[in-house]
Amino acid sequence: MTSTERVYGYFPGCTLATTAVDYDASGRAVAAALDLELREVPDWNCCGASFPLSAENVMNFIAPARTLIAAQREGQDLATLCAVCFHVLKRSDSYLRTHPEAADRLNAFVTEGDYDGRVKVRHLLGILRDDLGWEVVRRHVAAPLQGLRAAPYYGCLLLRPEAEMELDNPEAPKVLHNLLLALGAEPVGFARQAECCGSTLLVSAPEANQRLSTAVIESARSAGAMIVVTACPLCKFNLDRAQEGLPAAERLPVAYFTQAMAAAFGLAEHAGPVSPLQAAA
Amino acid sequence: MTNPSCTTALVVGAGIGGITAALDIANSGFQVVMVEREPSIGGHMAQLSETFPTLDCSQCIMTPRTVEVGHHENIRLHTYSEIESVRREPSGSYRVRIRRRAAYVDWEKCTGCGVCQEKCPFKVESAFERGIGQRKIIYTLSPQAVPNKPVIDAEHCRYLQSKQDIEAGRAPAVDKQGNPATPKCGACAKLCPTGAIEWEQQDSVLEEEVGAIVMATGYDMLPMERLPEYGGGELRDVVDGLAFERLLAASGPTAGKVVRPSDGEVPKQVVFVQCSGSRDPERGVPYCSKICCLYVAKQAMLYKHRVPDGQAYVFYIDVRAGGKGYEEFVTRAQEEHGVVYLRGKVSKIFAQDGRLIVKGADTLSHRAVEISADLVVLATAIVPRASTAAVAGLFEVGVDDNGFLVSGDEEMAPVDSCVEGVFLAGAALGPKDIPETVAQASGAAAKVLSLFQQRVAAAATVTA
Repeated sequence: MTSTERVYGYFPGCTLATTAVDYDASGRAVAAALDLELREVPDWNCCGASFPLSAENVMNFIAPARTLIAAQREGQDLATLCAVCFHVLKRSDSYLRTHPEAADRLNAFVTEGDYDGRVKVRHLLGILRDDLGWEVVRRHVAAPLQGLRAAPYYGCLLLRPEAEMELDNPEAPKVLHNLLLALGAEPVGFARQAECCGSTLLVSAPEANQRLSTAVIESARSAGAMIVVTACPLCKFNLDRAQEGLPAAERLPVAYFTQAMAAAFGLAEHAGPVSPLQAAA
Repeated sequence: MTNPSCTTALVVGAGIGGITAALDIANSGFQVVMVEREPSIGGHMAQLSETFPTLDCSQCIMTPRTVEVGHHENIRLHTYSEIESVRREPSGSYRVRIRRRAAYVDWEKCTGCGVCQEKCPFKVESAFERGIGQRKIIYTLSPQAVPNKPVIDAEHCRYLQSKQDIEAGRAPAVDKQGNPATPKCGACAKLCPTGAIEWEQQDSVLEEEVGAIVMATGYDMLPMERLPEYGGGELRDVVDGLAFERLLAASGPTAGKVVRPSDGEVPKQVVFVQCSGSRDPERGVPYCSKICCLYVAKQAMLYKHRVPDGQAYVFYIDVRAGGKGYEEFVTRAQEEHGVVYLRGKVSKIFAQDGRLIVKGADTLSHRAVEISADLVVLATAIVPRASTAAVAGLFEVGVDDNGFLVSGDEEMAPVDSCVEGVFLAGAALGPKDIPETVAQASGAAAKVLSLFQQRVAAAATVTA
């Protein structure tokens, strides 16, 4: 097989290694189908799970920095799937890049090596768009998702803040729309496509969480969506949970974008909730 | 041979600022060359319905001035024209090359009867009507246009396009009978009573020598597409302030009836969003656009005149009503017309079930608010005309970080530029309302007249 060598460091993160294994598996499967080699970063640890809002204590950056340093040793761009990990790693990298004095202090505490700002933190969606292009994705589609009205749900962490995340315009995002178009699906924009699902309010204010997630689901439903497609395991968790009280037939299924890709690529075992719908369509 | 004591002034831009400067200079007995990019003069003021704080009809107070410019023996008016190049002579005067775009109409022959516009079978969206209305392919900006002579939009003209296709071999050179193919349509040329349509007209270039310049190139509105969080450019019933002026204007496409662009229904709930893109360094412009607080109060008031049972809401950060009678004007909107003012920003606007949901904050009651609206008016930021920097560069005048013209001294010489003989006025310097623009324009004209008087006096001394 001849193909352009596209090798990336890969950071699955805790969620994809535990509760969202289907996101991880479908992500690896579609990457392989596209000849993208994802090399898992050796000895990775949790990204830190939230971007440190108090930057004064540089120790807050130890967790993400350790992973960045590990990726840097491998010498490739660091690919991520989990929107939260992408958010934390990308912003940490951006902070350390623009605050050399913080990077210096941090380096004094990390034994594995020095952070030098050479790693590019990427999200698979950006890799698909910028390194491959939608046309290449389209060429791999074996079973177009025809008639599938899919609501691209961006949530908040994937895109914001725009200047640091460098993925898409949070007020008018297009990347998931364009992926769905390439897969032959019909993307349906909806009002709350880039609003928060409630995130970790589930712990501190579950009723607020329920309200926010329900609003997202209702917004997608009223736009005529048959399925919600996301890049965030926390969003999927919240949106599924918010619908637990509903009869199964009334629930709006939530899929990872990699599952939609798997369905279109003919990798049925990784298609998650996308395949039955497609069969029905 | 250039004239060391040249006392002809060039006025660039024929909005209310340029018009004022031109008339002040011309009425003092000096020659004025006026250059305007659009087919007719009046600028944005010609688009407005009524002016604050007096609620005068904008057209009515401006028309005497535009007509005076059109007929003035000391003013040479070049509309549909742009400055192409400028050369500074050793004498200190300027040689200015002016390119007039082909209008495909001989304005000497044209009587302005309007038959061509009436009979032209095609329409396109009109930039002057801000997306609310259409115009014919042969058009004037308004029935009160000065000069009242039409131009043909070559890009959309059936005749000119098919003529080009035949000439370029994209269309057959002979018709079915074997005769040489003729371009399609040409209705205007067939019906023009004076034979003024001139299909072969080209751009023309002329040169003028001038001794002083007033730059009054005006402003534009931040493109709606820059505000995707408000549905800008996507949602038809989200319009900008200038588009709402056209809805209110008696001369506008709806004859002053306020209707939704999407379905023509009368909107019963209208939300105005101040600082749409202004005072937003991250996503818009960092400065205050200055005129919005007053024009939004005016528009809300005029809306209530047209739709007494409607409700108007205004989202604001703070109300900046500095100016004579301005605070009282805003108070009138609130107290006499029941316009509801909500202090807070709007975060998002989206369509739901045929209406617009406006999500915002009311920071006085500390509540998140959602208003279901029929129409939303965004008071978008005032920005310089896109061509400002290029035109300014021809005269070696600088622009600031935001693209506005830079004065010689912002405090003590606001209408001077850093270049001798070049003066500045109006919203090209920064957001400005009509009275302030007119005051600056008269100031710039006075500077020009002072310079010319010195030259006249010097010439008299030499002669003596």
